[in-house]
Amino acid sequence: MSATATTETSESSPTTTESSAERTTALGHVMRNLARAAAASVLVLLIALFAFLAQGSRRSLQAFGLGFVTGTEWDPAHGRYGALPFIFGTLVSSLLALALAVPGGFLVALYVTELGPRRVRGPISALVETLAAVPSVVYGVWGVFVLAPAVQSAAPHVSRALGFLPFFRGPSQGVGMLTAALVLALMVLPTIAAVMRDVLSAVPASLREAGLALGGTRWEVLRHVVFPHARAGLFAAVMLGFGRAVGETMAVTMVIGNSGEISASLFAPGSTAASVLANELAEASDPLHASALEEVALVLLVVTVLFNLGAHGVVRRYLRRKTAGLSTGPAEGELGEAP
Amino acid sequence: MSPTGQRNPKGALASGGTERTLASRRTSEALVRALSATATALTVLGLASVLLSVIGYGARGLSMTTLTQLPRPAGTSGGGVANAIWGTLLLVTLACAIALPIGLLAGMHLGEARSGRLVRLARTSADALSAVPSVVFGIFVFGVFVVPTKSFSALAGATALALTMIPAVARATEVAVRAVPERLREAALALGATHFRVITRVVLPTAARGIATGVLLAVGRASGEAAPLLFTAWESRFFCDDLREPTASLPVSIFTYSISPHDDLHAQAWAAALVLVALVLVFQIAARLLSKRREDPV
Repeated sequence: MSATATTETSESSPTTTESSAERTTALGHVMRNLARAAAASVLVLLIALFAFLAQGSRRSLQAFGLGFVTGTEWDPAHGRYGALPFIFGTLVSSLLALALAVPGGFLVALYVTELGPRRVRGPISALVETLAAVPSVVYGVWGVFVLAPAVQSAAPHVSRALGFLPFFRGPSQGVGMLTAALVLALMVLPTIAAVMRDVLSAVPASLREAGLALGGTRWEVLRHVVFPHARAGLFAAVMLGFGRAVGETMAVTMVIGNSGEISASLFAPGSTAASVLANELAEASDPLHASALEEVALVLLVVTVLFNLGAHGVVRRYLRRKTAGLSTGPAEGELGEAP
Repeated sequence: MSPTGQRNPKGALASGGTERTLASRRTSEALVRALSATATALTVLGLASVLLSVIGYGARGLSMTTLTQLPRPAGTSGGGVANAIWGTLLLVTLACAIALPIGLLAGMHLGEARSGRLVRLARTSADALSAVPSVVFGIFVFGVFVVPTKSFSALAGATALALTMIPAVARATEVAVRAVPERLREAALALGATHFRVITRVVLPTAARGIATGVLLAVGRASGEAAPLLFTAWESRFFCDDLREPTASLPVSIFTYSISPHDDLHAQAWAAALVLVALVLVFQIAARLLSKRREDPV
């Protein structure tokens, strides 16, 4: 409605004053170039990140080569840097979190798109997305003071029941790999649920109706019609969730226990790539230490960017012309609102 | 006996009725429904537990002292997080001053130009950057800003926050600008408006709501970020009155207080968490209300 008002003014202006039209064209030139420069700066920023970290990790690369990723000892005091404990911790915590959050997020997405009562779908969806906006550090506080004590008191019982597995042996101090994975699961679940919800609701209604018309139950239609159609998008949601879990920093740093040891037990403390950065970078006075941390950051950057671009590629190929910008955050989950 | 083994989904659907009794089909339907309801309930419970403990413990630690006093030396009781609240407002305002012009202009370019190599690359970069863990931006600014100036500073912190905001603002602006119906642009151009006028008088007013939503979400998220501030804005026990000096912020204070051994600081961490969650949710809810009332333009 404001648009109609403005078209009237723009109709009269070029005819009345030539100079103002000239001025707006000049201004338009300036603005167009500024906008182009701003767009270019986004590209430059990405390149600068890579270049900075690659440059910074040169010293560490020269000193350790491939041994950096296979070395199990991270000992700044003696100048030995092997990042395997962090790679291990990142993979274990993220994969464990995904093992919980993918089925969970999938079921939540099903509930809010297909199976739940129509009246509660919107509110639940909004609630989950709003709570997903709670900052990481707040999840960390909750993890430290609420979840960790709960894990600690539950650990002996779990050990007694499942102690024949190496994953549930030994004492728990509350903080540790399992606690980190649980917090992570809760944090990435809304992301996965939101993307899956958007993917599922993008499946054409005509397909669903055809399935139902053939006599399928809702679940049969989902399973044999909707899921195959949405497969690529669902997969992309998992990739996005993984990228997010890998990069999650504050909450994990607070609840994982920050130990450089590799342990089979999930009760034991550990470290992730992101958590070691948060803990050590400000105190890394030794150039080799700083360089090793920058190499860890480089690996983190490459992995998260590849997973994100991979997810976008999958979705883009799947949606073809309907590409509407898949958001990484549930807060911006607008895939379903594609024009 | 079950249709799952079959390759052709259509065949499975059609033969489902003959191979399985209606009762067993209904049972699996009910099972899935129950599972998804349980998962949803558990998720809502888990998330509600986070929120309720923040409200519960936070309210207990919250007082006028917490909101208005400076921190006391660790181990002594009393004191507050007033400097962290001020610091967060300062950092977020500064970050907006840096990120909004760049993000908005970049988004407008992506939305209006649409094709071309630069646009494609910039769009992909914005997507990629939005996935970059915010701690990496902190390291970047630490290296290019803090190390050369030899000082943690509010400016460095704001720069790091701004870097996390730019991709989100750019992409949200692009989506909003692209959603403006083509016929509006054409109508204005047909009336003799210059391209510049079309953008300032037609496209931007129409896209304003969508852009504002994206900006609010980005600001809300940035105000809760601790990772980019750890090695840039650092922390401080005082109010920040010089942008070249380090400053406290709510997220970093919450982090350091909750991993400290003092119970008194734990209570303050909860109180600060409550303040932070309230701040973030205000942005989140404002964005949600704004996007809800979306009317069809013209």
